[in-house]
Amino acid sequence: MNDSVQATAPFIEIDAELCKGCKLCIGVCPKGVIDISEKLNGSSYHPAYYLGRDCTGCALCFYACPEPAAIKVVKP
Amino acid sequence: MKITEKPVAFYPEFVRKSGPHKETTHYCPGCGHGNIHKMIAEAMVDLGINERTVFISPVGCSVFGYYYFDCGHMQAAHGRAPAVATGIKRANPEAIVISYQGDGDLAAIGTAETLHAANRGENITVFFVNNAIYGMTGGQMAPTTMIGQKTATTPRGRIESVHGNPIRVAEIIATLPAATYVERVAIGDSKHIMKARKAIRKALTNQVENRGYSFVEILSTCPTGWKMDGPDARDWLVEEMTKVFPLGVFKDESDHREGAWHRQVEPFDPAKRDAYLGAGEAEAKAEKLPLPAELHCKFAGFGGQGILTLGLFLAQVGMRAGLHASWIPSYGPEMRGGTANCSVNLSERRIGSPLVDKPNLLVVMNQPSLEAFAGDVVQGGTIIVDTSIVEKCPEYPGRRVVRIPATGIADEVGTPKVANVVLLGAICAATGAFPQAFVEQSLRETVKKKDLVDLNLAALRRGYEHVGDAG
Repeated sequence: MNDSVQATAPFIEIDAELCKGCKLCIGVCPKGVIDISEKLNGSSYHPAYYLGRDCTGCALCFYACPEPAAIKVVKP
Repeated sequence: MKITEKPVAFYPEFVRKSGPHKETTHYCPGCGHGNIHKMIAEAMVDLGINERTVFISPVGCSVFGYYYFDCGHMQAAHGRAPAVATGIKRANPEAIVISYQGDGDLAAIGTAETLHAANRGENITVFFVNNAIYGMTGGQMAPTTMIGQKTATTPRGRIESVHGNPIRVAEIIATLPAATYVERVAIGDSKHIMKARKAIRKALTNQVENRGYSFVEILSTCPTGWKMDGPDARDWLVEEMTKVFPLGVFKDESDHREGAWHRQVEPFDPAKRDAYLGAGEAEAKAEKLPLPAELHCKFAGFGGQGILTLGLFLAQVGMRAGLHASWIPSYGPEMRGGTANCSVNLSERRIGSPLVDKPNLLVVMNQPSLEAFAGDVVQGGTIIVDTSIVEKCPEYPGRRVVRIPATGIADEVGTPKVANVVLLGAICAATGAFPQAFVEQSLRETVKKKDLVDLNLAALRRGYEHVGDAG
């Protein structure tokens, strides 16, 4: 994915260190573009991560996520 | 470009939170509190109210609300958040007051406060987070626990005939005429969450526009207490909880109460409060009787001997003299015969705490009190002992011990009931605290039954004389 595509397509950022791996974002994502990592983060959770494509910027994951700062949604 | 991220009504870092993780909440993975906090924080920003919001934290998992929200905070005793919210709102009508409570706090120990605040139609916003269990204490049955639901205290499930039924609080609140807006929402699936977001905003908007009492019950999850993972807990909420706790608006009179909430509250004025309480008058008095030394006194004896009244009387004499005075009693449940004590402070300066741990004056009217408190008296302090009752009174190095058969003297004067007045005379003589004429005048003005004035004066004089003679 090049820079110009990133600037026009919606995307999410998940802070792996702030994620507690509850998987609620995965359940609500209408596009199924969030998955759970096999790696552990510093708090011993398997954090969620964005697959890197097809996000619509609907922000449902943001509201389903109980952590204040784990998910950021950008919709250009 | 639209960026949806952590609302600025949250602190950038949660510095009040203990431990190393200052950017995450203390809540378990998948807990609903985080979602609800987020939506409240977002609404606070969008309505521009975070600078004037006061968030009342309950007892329960959300007890640490003050870790997260960048607004005013007050911690309430268990269940008392609506009462505290009432006080804050009435004292500061401009404040946006949020009472955030769980099911144990709101529907068990705080049921009375909840109903009465709603019934008074306080212009506050109550968010009731109902997850059908006591989360913080380890997953016990709550008032809203469902029939058949297994908890730590209902291991075979809640049984109707034994434990009663889950309480539907929103429906109950909706019956109260003064409530403005009552809705039950959930944070199950995305649709639910977005509806909850709307209800939270409406409940806060109502308060901003002075439309009165708003109550939003939010069905939430406790994955840890329910022993489920996050998604299973959300599914259970949607499939099971909503059957018992139907979602929807139970009452909405928001549109009929716009900007015209019935209670005109006078703004809080500290000067008026002080005038009402008479504070400041002591300072204003030109004449203060000087006090040779600050008095930090402990009075102790059996209930019924008049020991508490003695302390109170000394404090009143001090107040008449223009001094700062405090009196605080401590006694058991018995009206007579139990042990009782009180603490009295007299000072020319303001008194910080009414408690007296290290007295410089101890007055005792029984043996156990002498033994309990004599060791606490500071060096150079005075111990006054009613030797009519206290049989063994040793010396206490570095302390002056004044022995006076107060009850015997009182009996000679007319009745043992005035033993405390004999002791008052002894106290004033021993400490040089007040001129005798001043104390006598105070006594004349304080004794309610005027035919007993002479008896009391006689007792007081005998107390003065005894110490003077010994002296």
